Amino acid sequence: MKIVNSLLLATVAIAMVACGSGKKQHSTLSLAGAGGTFPLPYYTLAFKTYLDSNNVNVTYGGIGSGGGIRSLKDQVVDFGASDAFLSDKEMATMSPVIHIPTCMGAVVLAYNLPQVKNLKLTGDIIADIYLGKITKWNDPKIKAINAGTVFPNKKIIPVYRSDGSGTTYIFSDFMSKVSPEWKNSIGTGKSLKWSVGMASKGNPGVAGTIMQTDGAFGYVGSEYAFAQKIAYAQIKNALGEFVVPNTESISKAALGDMPADTRCMITNSSAPGAYPISCFTWILIYKEQYYKNRTMQQAQGTVNLIHWMLGPEAQGMTEKVNYVPLPAKVIANAEAQLAEVTYKGRLLTVGSKAKSAALTK
Amino acid sequence: MRILSIKDILFKRLLFVAALLILLICAGIVYTLVSGSYGTFVRFGFFHFITSTAWNPTIGHENYGALSFIVGTLLTAFVALLLCLPFSLPVALFTGEYFRGKKIASIISSVINLLAGIPSIVYGLWGFYTLRPIMNHLGWGQQGFGLLTSAIVLAIMIIPYASSLSSEFISMVPKDLKESAYSLGATRLEVIKNVTFPVAGMGIFASYVLALGRALGETMAVTMLIGNTNNLPTSITSTGNTMASIIANQFGEADGLKLSSLIALGLLLFLITAIINFIGKMIMKKFAA
Repeated sequence: MKIVNSLLLATVAIAMVACGSGKKQHSTLSLAGAGGTFPLPYYTLAFKTYLDSNNVNVTYGGIGSGGGIRSLKDQVVDFGASDAFLSDKEMATMSPVIHIPTCMGAVVLAYNLPQVKNLKLTGDIIADIYLGKITKWNDPKIKAINAGTVFPNKKIIPVYRSDGSGTTYIFSDFMSKVSPEWKNSIGTGKSLKWSVGMASKGNPGVAGTIMQTDGAFGYVGSEYAFAQKIAYAQIKNALGEFVVPNTESISKAALGDMPADTRCMITNSSAPGAYPISCFTWILIYKEQYYKNRTMQQAQGTVNLIHWMLGPEAQGMTEKVNYVPLPAKVIANAEAQLAEVTYKGRLLTVGSKAKSAALTK
Repeated sequence: MRILSIKDILFKRLLFVAALLILLICAGIVYTLVSGSYGTFVRFGFFHFITSTAWNPTIGHENYGALSFIVGTLLTAFVALLLCLPFSLPVALFTGEYFRGKKIASIISSVINLLAGIPSIVYGLWGFYTLRPIMNHLGWGQQGFGLLTSAIVLAIMIIPYASSLSSEFISMVPKDLKESAYSLGATRLEVIKNVTFPVAGMGIFASYVLALGRALGETMAVTMLIGNTNNLPTSITSTGNTMASIIANQFGEADGLKLSSLIALGLLLFLITAIINFIGKMIMKKFAA
């Protein structure tokens, strides 16, 4: 009995200490978001910095893009996050939602051929590999666009994702745009029906299998590939240029034609020098910020946070965690949308005006 | 006296509530699985779902069937059981019969029990970085991935379950029985064959049913080694997928019919495990009688 009592005491003591330390970090405002795991490392860094500098506590749950959209629909979060924009059909079932791109990424085609330093690929060749039509690295089609490179007579081992993933979605979206055969037989989706190759779980799984397997080939999220020492291919873009995926070329993909609400896939971009398998990731908020008894403070805080995410401090952080910052044109686009956000029908103030408004209060 | 009886009643009630709670939780799990998989069974029909090898998640062509995963699950689990037999049985005899009570036996049994405490992800890592290159070198499986590779790792994982329990049962065989056999001039091998195994047989069998149950549900290590191809395996070295593995892989971004099909797979896995346990109990009853 004595032991039980002392254990109880200890538990209570720990709980009290925990509560005490929790109070110390008390901040004026806390916001909650949920969504895709793709931007999670960037958001974690950005929100931590935001807490330090602005004393606003932002929690983010990496529960998958689908979950993020569901949470916003159920109105249990201040913002949702998604790697895929809402379709017109989805938009129709919710009150007006605006899409704010926060950073960019890409999907790279990684391979394991130690003797090949530079590899150029086209959408057609990638399709043929995944459809089982090209099975050897020294296939004439590969040799034809890689003049001067000696290819070994090795089997190509295609690798794909075993789990449902936005990476698969972006990759298959590009492939469906450039290869009618891919579109008809494999299609676009977060998980697909593959005919050849083998599957691994997550970016680390696919990258690990490729690095471990001689002659392997597969698609990996750029944020993971850039952090690893893994070889990846140059891909032919819509203008016929072979482009290496890097910050500059991925950023250029956002310079093509785009609707004002940024709801579009930027794969196979028509902009010069653009890497063709690039993507945005979005934060989704309601245009009318008054729902579920949210306060004016929460609404203004959400807008301030997003404005900060579009600013130079947050955008400068993207590259630290291997993401790509937004080009100025897209930021202007996003700011224009943010300016239309309302609370109980009245426009919210954005940026420097917001700060002075808060001060006068 | 009266106080004691109140305590007694209270204790009885408490036990009853605890037991009932377990039953309710179990019923709740079954209810969730059945209601979640309802959509799939309505769309495809129960028998079509368990006999179809289709798995096409592309929107517009959605078609799901469980056969590939049922075959993959049963194949890896039973091959693992077969592979673990030549290791777990000698170990059980070693620790339970030949060196019972000796220091070497306790060392070996604690090492074997240590195997049971290793998280499955660690087995997966070992399989991925050590076993797979060996399998690849031998030309088994696709680049070393496949049903056989996962079955080997599974076999190692279930050895402690099979051996430690059978060792207990072997050491529990009455001394009188064995000694009377020795007095009749039986050799040690003959004693094991004619006394130990018949007496401890049911217990040994039960420990293998437990080990099989563990192999059926193992997820992480299998996912890392089986190749995760959603097709009917054509041979023991080909790649495939198990029910637990595809659920773990796909539930995150799944919704609608796909989510329902994954839950249906969970229900089937639950049923298969229940059926195997039931068959095990029937066999035990038959032989014990």
